[in-house]
Amino acid sequence: MSQMDLPPYATTGQKIWHYTFYVICGLIFFFLIAPILVIIPLSFNAEDFFTFTPEMLAFDPEGYSLKHYRDFFTNPDWQQAMWNSIKIAPAATFLSVSLGTLAAVGLSQDHVPFRRAIMAILISPMIVPLIISAAGMYFFYSRIGLQGTYFGVVLAHAALGIPFVIITVTATLVGFDRSLTRAAANLGANPVTTFFKVQMPLILPGVISGGLFAFITSFDEVVVVLFVGSANQQTLPWQMFTGLREQISPTILAVATILVVISIALLTTVEILRRRSERLRGMTPG
Amino acid sequence: MVFDRVQKSYDGETLVVKDLNLSIGRGEFLTMLGPSGSGKTTCLMMLAGFETATHGDILLDGQPINNIPPHKRGIGMVFQNYALFPHMTVAENLAFPLEVRKVGKSEREEKVNRALDMVQMGAFGGRRPAQLSGGQQQRIALARALVFEPELVLMDEPLGALDKQLREHMQFEITRLAHNLGITTVYVTHDQTEALTMSDRVAVFNDGRIQQLAPPDELYEQPQNSFVAQFIGENNTLMGTVKEITNGVALVELDDGEVIDAKPVNVSKPGDRTLVSIRPERVEINKDRLSPDAHLIHAEVLEFIYMGDIYRTRLRVAGNDEFVIKTRNAPDQRRLKPGEHIEIGWLPDDCRALDAR
Repeated sequence: MSQMDLPPYATTGQKIWHYTFYVICGLIFFFLIAPILVIIPLSFNAEDFFTFTPEMLAFDPEGYSLKHYRDFFTNPDWQQAMWNSIKIAPAATFLSVSLGTLAAVGLSQDHVPFRRAIMAILISPMIVPLIISAAGMYFFYSRIGLQGTYFGVVLAHAALGIPFVIITVTATLVGFDRSLTRAAANLGANPVTTFFKVQMPLILPGVISGGLFAFITSFDEVVVVLFVGSANQQTLPWQMFTGLREQISPTILAVATILVVISIALLTTVEILRRRSERLRGMTPG
Repeated sequence: MVFDRVQKSYDGETLVVKDLNLSIGRGEFLTMLGPSGSGKTTCLMMLAGFETATHGDILLDGQPINNIPPHKRGIGMVFQNYALFPHMTVAENLAFPLEVRKVGKSEREEKVNRALDMVQMGAFGGRRPAQLSGGQQQRIALARALVFEPELVLMDEPLGALDKQLREHMQFEITRLAHNLGITTVYVTHDQTEALTMSDRVAVFNDGRIQQLAPPDELYEQPQNSFVAQFIGENNTLMGTVKEITNGVALVELDDGEVIDAKPVNVSKPGDRTLVSIRPERVEINKDRLSPDAHLIHAEVLEFIYMGDIYRTRLRVAGNDEFVIKTRNAPDQRRLKPGEHIEIGWLPDDCRALDAR
């Protein structure tokens, strides 16, 4: 971080600002991370409390236990919710990625009429307050018999995920050299082959990032699933929400910890994948 | 390869290509030369299938190809920015056209290796395009366009991004390859040197039309109109009016009253306004070398530049301050001095009376 060092000609004011800046950054990180970090030790609480017990503060092994994790993995309600999440999120991600990528590729062509308007409509689920989307979907899906079905929830989550995919893929397409698709066509590849062999590998980093956002959106989503889903589609966030309201069990903390770990693992994996494919693309020397 | 009355318009109003008629023989190296916006690249794109002709037919081997999509045309193309696939190695890039044609693996490898050797890049098959220099990428792009053995190869300003020395070297190599393989080549450039040195024939484009289609020497020595004369090579121009035309020689009265001989090219009758064009190296300052009845005109030396192999002298002739002559650096050659007044002349054939545009 040599570029962050103060130059020898820095004035007193600049020096003060330099250190204040570090303090501000530290505070921002603290406020972002502390609420998440604090749930991790609490999830190992031996009592059914949401606070640190005197035993825990004294680092007494008696104060810690895995009982909330045991509860999560044995309680049928939680297990049902976990499986629902595992079934819904990947399907919604798959739909978001396929449709979002196609939309982004299509909307990047100059000759498409009303591109901006279409783009704005597709991105609107990200901008419209979630509760409004959720209520709208509830009434619409009820009419066409999708309310309370697995497919309905997947579809609703896909609609929420698509904007992320469109935005990330569109951003990657900005740097995409159109003469490459022309070259592929000239060399004898039909449009489908061209898409999968030439365009797709090159926009993959954007597709992966978009897919990650879509997955997290579906995995963490509670509002829409409350409206569109029924008891059979109760996902993890839904179960946590009802858990908070009805039984206040620290099992929620154990679940939260697991989710945090999963999120970090996902982000890391995807970032590694993205870097690798960016290197393959010849964007960064490697 | 035939263009038959082809027109192209992007917006339905202005024609980018106007009534193009052109036929290219098998094995010929034809260059489309012209300033940007002259329609030459559009023609190439129509050939490749990336643009469609608004009117007229493009025929390949007698078959219209207007309705054939680009990927079924089997025409090789070298793009201006090379358009190598960055996520594939050099060998994979070359194998791509063979793969989509379902060529077997062993045959594919053999052809890829042969194509790499052809451009002297045999050792680079495992590299990625980003690890190659501009000239090397250019060779790979060339090899990729040739590896599936197309009969027709299109090149869209392929040497534009290279430095001068490499460009000259590649000009030679491309010409050699094209002739050795016997492929028909359509080459687009705005660089006239490239066009003259590489081509069998050159089509000079301007304003959506072919201004002249001729072999390089004819194009340079016998331009058919003032655009071609001014676009190709260095050129001196004088404005005047045709006085009379006798026995294929036009007597032209320049705007300052002096009279010169010229070859009438596209002037037809006395009274026509004309732009007279003379190449700098065809101007004679030694009147012993001219016929006794040649018309001489007066010139004042403005500037003398020693360029090694030639002398370049700027004169004022008939009110034109930019009249340049080039004389060979030879032992008996005179070095003119600024301020000197001389008489210059030329063979009537070298002085062409063209349209006054």
